[in-house]
Amino acid sequence: MQTTLRIRRYNPENPQPAAYFESYDLEVDPSDSVLDGLIKIRETLDDSLTLRCSCRGAICGSCGMRINGHAALACKTKVVSVAPAGETIEVEPMNNMPVIKDLVTDMAPFWEKIRQVQPWLQPSEPPPVAEYTAPPETMSHLAGVMSCIMCGACVSDCPVLEVDKKFVGPAALAKAYRFVADPRDTTALDRLESLNQPDGMWDCTRCMECIQVCPKGVGPMDRIMSLRSKAMAEKMPATSGSRHAEVFTDIIKHKGILDEPMLAIRTFGLKHVGRLLGMVPMVLQSILKGKVPLSGPLHRPISSIQHIQRLFKRVRTKS
Amino acid sequence: MKYAFFPGCVSKGACPELYQSVMQVYPQLGIDLEEMTTASCTGAGVLQEKDEKLGDVLNARTFALAEQQGLPIMTICSTCQGVMSQANHRLTTQPNYLQEINRILQEEGLTYRGTTTIKHFLWILLEDVGEDVLRKQITKPLTGLRAAPFYGCYIQRPTEALDFEEYPERGKSLERIIEILGAEVVDFPGKTRCCGFPILTINKINSLSMVATHTQDAKSHGADIMVTPCPLCHLNLDGMQAQAASQHNTSINLPILHLPQLLGLAMGLDQKILGLTRNLISPESALAKMNI
Repeated sequence: MQTTLRIRRYNPENPQPAAYFESYDLEVDPSDSVLDGLIKIRETLDDSLTLRCSCRGAICGSCGMRINGHAALACKTKVVSVAPAGETIEVEPMNNMPVIKDLVTDMAPFWEKIRQVQPWLQPSEPPPVAEYTAPPETMSHLAGVMSCIMCGACVSDCPVLEVDKKFVGPAALAKAYRFVADPRDTTALDRLESLNQPDGMWDCTRCMECIQVCPKGVGPMDRIMSLRSKAMAEKMPATSGSRHAEVFTDIIKHKGILDEPMLAIRTFGLKHVGRLLGMVPMVLQSILKGKVPLSGPLHRPISSIQHIQRLFKRVRTKS
Repeated sequence: MKYAFFPGCVSKGACPELYQSVMQVYPQLGIDLEEMTTASCTGAGVLQEKDEKLGDVLNARTFALAEQQGLPIMTICSTCQGVMSQANHRLTTQPNYLQEINRILQEEGLTYRGTTTIKHFLWILLEDVGEDVLRKQITKPLTGLRAAPFYGCYIQRPTEALDFEEYPERGKSLERIIEILGAEVVDFPGKTRCCGFPILTINKINSLSMVATHTQDAKSHGADIMVTPCPLCHLNLDGMQAQAASQHNTSINLPILHLPQLLGLAMGLDQKILGLTRNLISPESALAKMNI
């Protein structure tokens, strides 16, 4: 089949380096991957095209790049799946990391954040003769998160990292969860405490980009949610994020539906009254515009609230 | 076409204009609604941070209530849609888990058999009402209006729970509606990105940066207005836009419309009836320019 790859090029050695797009028309087999196409371009059309790849089997994690705006492994993405009718395929380097040349990005910031979460086992006992062991049933739930091949796709498409480079990010948080939930590791509380700080677990927006683009089914955001649950269960010091989740849940328990003003007031509390006041201009403008709840400002509980409360109680008892 | 209508907390709370506008447009589209007044909040992904199973129990209760009525559920909020789709996916793909949840529900006299479908109004317009019926209701095509779509994360990802494989057109449904209404689609990279609302009370600077990025980006691509099927996105993109602009020392002033508001305009309904006077960024001048 005929296809066109429109590739974002960048060469720092050019006299005036600036990124630009270059298109290549080529004939590919329908079973070819985008990586096959790129290699064909490099071998037959333009040997200056620079990209990183190795295993060609979605194991090494080297060929992470953006294909039609979303991070993916080029070796795992079939041409026919992204361009069934021969549409132009746009290929760009991963986002949220510096570009070295063409499709090759500098992974140093990625590794720095992975190191930040101390991705090694920290048991308290002295080293055993062989390896540290654990019963399979206590480890099997970690199989998914241990499949991470560090390709950087989740980091590339994380919207928080786009606006805040300090955020520890989905890959490192998923890796942190892998050790927090490892029964052999005895530093879970210290780990949770460090992730409970600003730029840690509570800065994720729950946008699910990382779940969608992860080529190995790690589901980084799900792991971040598990970290949050654990932090609350372990009674880590309250953060805006944990207060938000605790208060939200409590409001649903008492009213069945959300009461937005109460959520804001109780989340911020007296301690953060300044931040609550920061919402006042929007609230006043909303009231002036008639944006008042249809059920009245007090958000009465739903009529079936006793059912909801019984379910809350039953879930808590059964867990 | 009858649905169990799940309006969601925000359309009854901070975005009453959404509820108001959907009430104006649905009867003319051959849709019949029975509002679920006893259903609880979906948890919005927030309650699930605390306890996912509790969220699944509450949503399974809602699905069981709709099942008793023999009706599919209609949502008008991307977040409600996504959270319920994810819960339904977990329940319907893991029989043992469904059984466990049903044991908790049974004491309330409820059982969920796993047959309820949940559809956003956006999908219903294309999949159930259909383009032909919809076009017949368009009395004032929005010719010349340049509209940027903004979906909301939960109606775009994860695609598996949202049945994108069976309904691949869902990924582009908002663009399709904009075209049918006679307006011009303004494509821009932010349309499927996060609006920042979930972290508004956690990291306001980051949240407002996202608002500023997307609204400025849509504007620089030529948008007169932005349209969204998600009231939570609306709260941030409309409600916090002025503060986002001031954080970035700029002015943006891009009106953000709820999906049924845009639809209502094309159906010839009055702006006030559609609650457009309640939007914080007034769409009046953008619409007047196009004689809408």
